[in-house]
Amino acid sequence: MLRFGMKRALTATVALGALMAAGGAAAQELRYMCYQDGIECDVTRALLDQFEAENPGITVVVDVVPYQAILDNLPVQLAAGEGPDMARVTDLGGLNQHYLDITPYVDAAYWEENFGATLDWLRSGADDTGIYGMMTQLTITGPYVNATLYELAGMEMPGDGATWDDWAESTRAVAEALDVPFPMAMDRSGHRFAGPAMSNGAAYFDDNGDPILVDDGFRDFAATFVGWHADGTMPVDVWGGAGGGTYRDAFAEFANGNLVLYMSGSWQIGRMGSDIGDGFDWVVVDNPCGVAGCTAMPGGAAMVAFAHTEHPEAVASVIDFLAQHDIYSSMMAQTNQIPAHIGVASAGVDFTAGEDAAAALSVFSDQVPNLLPPAFALQGYRFNRAVYNATVTRLTQAIVGELSLDDALMRIDQDIADALATAEQ
Amino acid sequence: MAVMSSPERPSPLRFLWKPLEALMQAVLNTVEIPMRWAQRMLGQQKIAWVFLLPNLLIFGLFTYLPIGVNFLYATTGGTNLWPGDRPFLGMDNFEVLLDCENYLDPATCRRDLFWVAVYNSAQFVVLQVGFMVTFALITALILNRKIIGRGFWRSVFFYPVLLSPVVVALIWKWILQREGVLNAALVGLGADPVNWLLSPDWAFFWVVFVNIWFQMGFYTLILLAGLQAIPPDVYEAAEMDGTKPVRVFTRITLPLLMPTMIVVLVLALIRAVQAFDEIFVLTGGGPGSATMFIVQYIYETGFASQIQQFGIAAAASLLLAVVLFILTMLQLRATRRQMNG
Repeated sequence: MLRFGMKRALTATVALGALMAAGGAAAQELRYMCYQDGIECDVTRALLDQFEAENPGITVVVDVVPYQAILDNLPVQLAAGEGPDMARVTDLGGLNQHYLDITPYVDAAYWEENFGATLDWLRSGADDTGIYGMMTQLTITGPYVNATLYELAGMEMPGDGATWDDWAESTRAVAEALDVPFPMAMDRSGHRFAGPAMSNGAAYFDDNGDPILVDDGFRDFAATFVGWHADGTMPVDVWGGAGGGTYRDAFAEFANGNLVLYMSGSWQIGRMGSDIGDGFDWVVVDNPCGVAGCTAMPGGAAMVAFAHTEHPEAVASVIDFLAQHDIYSSMMAQTNQIPAHIGVASAGVDFTAGEDAAAALSVFSDQVPNLLPPAFALQGYRFNRAVYNATVTRLTQAIVGELSLDDALMRIDQDIADALATAEQ
Repeated sequence: MAVMSSPERPSPLRFLWKPLEALMQAVLNTVEIPMRWAQRMLGQQKIAWVFLLPNLLIFGLFTYLPIGVNFLYATTGGTNLWPGDRPFLGMDNFEVLLDCENYLDPATCRRDLFWVAVYNSAQFVVLQVGFMVTFALITALILNRKIIGRGFWRSVFFYPVLLSPVVVALIWKWILQREGVLNAALVGLGADPVNWLLSPDWAFFWVVFVNIWFQMGFYTLILLAGLQAIPPDVYEAAEMDGTKPVRVFTRITLPLLMPTMIVVLVLALIRAVQAFDEIFVLTGGGPGSATMFIVQYIYETGFASQIQQFGIAAAASLLLAVVLFILTMLQLRATRRQMNG
């Protein structure tokens, strides 16, 4: 009896083991490394629940990480052949060598039709026709203004065509009238700095397409920018409060009412709605002008697949699912982002963040015709982060008085030359 | 009622002794055959290496091999991670790092931030280790006396050691930032707030202070153990001779504590050279590069840049390893001298 019982137990155990092994072989667990400025990863998670319901056997784990992990840790993981199956990245062309071409698994015509304008940002060059992922947001840089402070001060905001100097003067007047700590602030980012510098005439590239950061336009705006920190127009905390190329935003200062104008970008709209709420009225205004134009910087984040994945077809099916018109539209509506999907953009998006957000998104969208050619060139440049890092590191040293402006500018050129020399070895 | 000890009481596990003894004997008999053979083949001198082999393998794999790999990276260039894909550069990376017109002025160096980090680290090591060991010694001397709540105070001083460096940095950041606790207190007292982490000098001061606060308890504990190891009869003899307290400290306590002091000094030195995490969270190396130390430079050059200069970072870390090696050698030499009297 006992022997019979043991035999049955053994058979059941073996059968269960075989079943589990078969199940394990069929189940495909994918990992998506995601950062969020607002609720982007949460919204994606909810949409992926729908995907998992429609695709039994594929599960997607969304690992929400800080933005700095995407910048610092992910490239090292990828270089070692490790890392997630998919990630949300902003170093679009820089990570191209690690991307998975999902063309064989998707309707390429649909992708070209709807994402054709931005697919090039993820490609290695003109000869590359691969599809590596989709932009989960298009971003445009621009200034947010605390409208309530202007109202309390009884002052008018500068009008169309206002320059950066006009805004500096105006915000200083408001700050002085209401005892607000700082008139203006800009995120600690070379990307944010680039727009105003280009408006001031900075070309960033020579005729051959090689980076030449320091020209007269760059120098002039750098001098103005350092001067704003010296005279208290901008708080030293944001740029001076860190070293190296570390990213730091000034959102908290703006949300706490300590700033009149905050130079950031469209990705902050979600936080404006959720963190400021009814605290005060804010508006997005046109990018201030300089001698060369009134340009913003385009940018954005993309969801990409990586070549080392063991489940390329499953990964492609996840990205393709999220790229479908209705799903993508829902994602844009919930996250209040400018869509990169041409069909969705044409049809319009029912943004969920209310009138303020819709108005802000409209102003950001209006900046696109004003973008200067160097803005597109820099966004598409493979080593743009090396340019941004050198800008931030060295200008910070000038702001805190470690280097003269001339030395800082000389070091920017030197840093980029050294980095490019390493890349070419 | 006195508690009776019962050494004669038989152990409840006594029935296991015989089988265990037999098992051990069987194991020894099995091992003895190859060991005898190995000894016959290698000789009595070399058989020691057989016993050292497991540890040597582990050290080789996790210590010496990474140093070798690091050397490989330091002598190659490019951005590829796989050594086979990297072009050989010889000593070029070291030359780039050491390319200076005047070593005392980082601004004249090609890699100025490397030298800024070197000088910041040197300054930090001298100040942090000097003050910390002094304060740790004073604290240990006080805690070694019969004071009220001695156990409580020992815990208080040791508590920060238990915290994560990131937690320590975040706590102090909340205290020191522009709208932090310290400035709130100053404003409450009618004083002007100070940008503690935005002035290079203040930021450096607080980096040193926070590190002392964070690590002092560990070294206090080691020194306290050293103090308690000094035989009390030496002090009793000095007391009977009417020796003054200062003389007791300089002639008895300090010389007998010296071996412990050297260990503390060298451990603190090595840790100070390696300082990174708490400082990176507290100041990010700023303002500017005022608190950027050598490990942060290595991290930023090798990992935080888009174009990852692994070769330069590896060369810098090898130079750091040389410094740590020299410090360790100094420790061994000083300890040996102490032991030899």
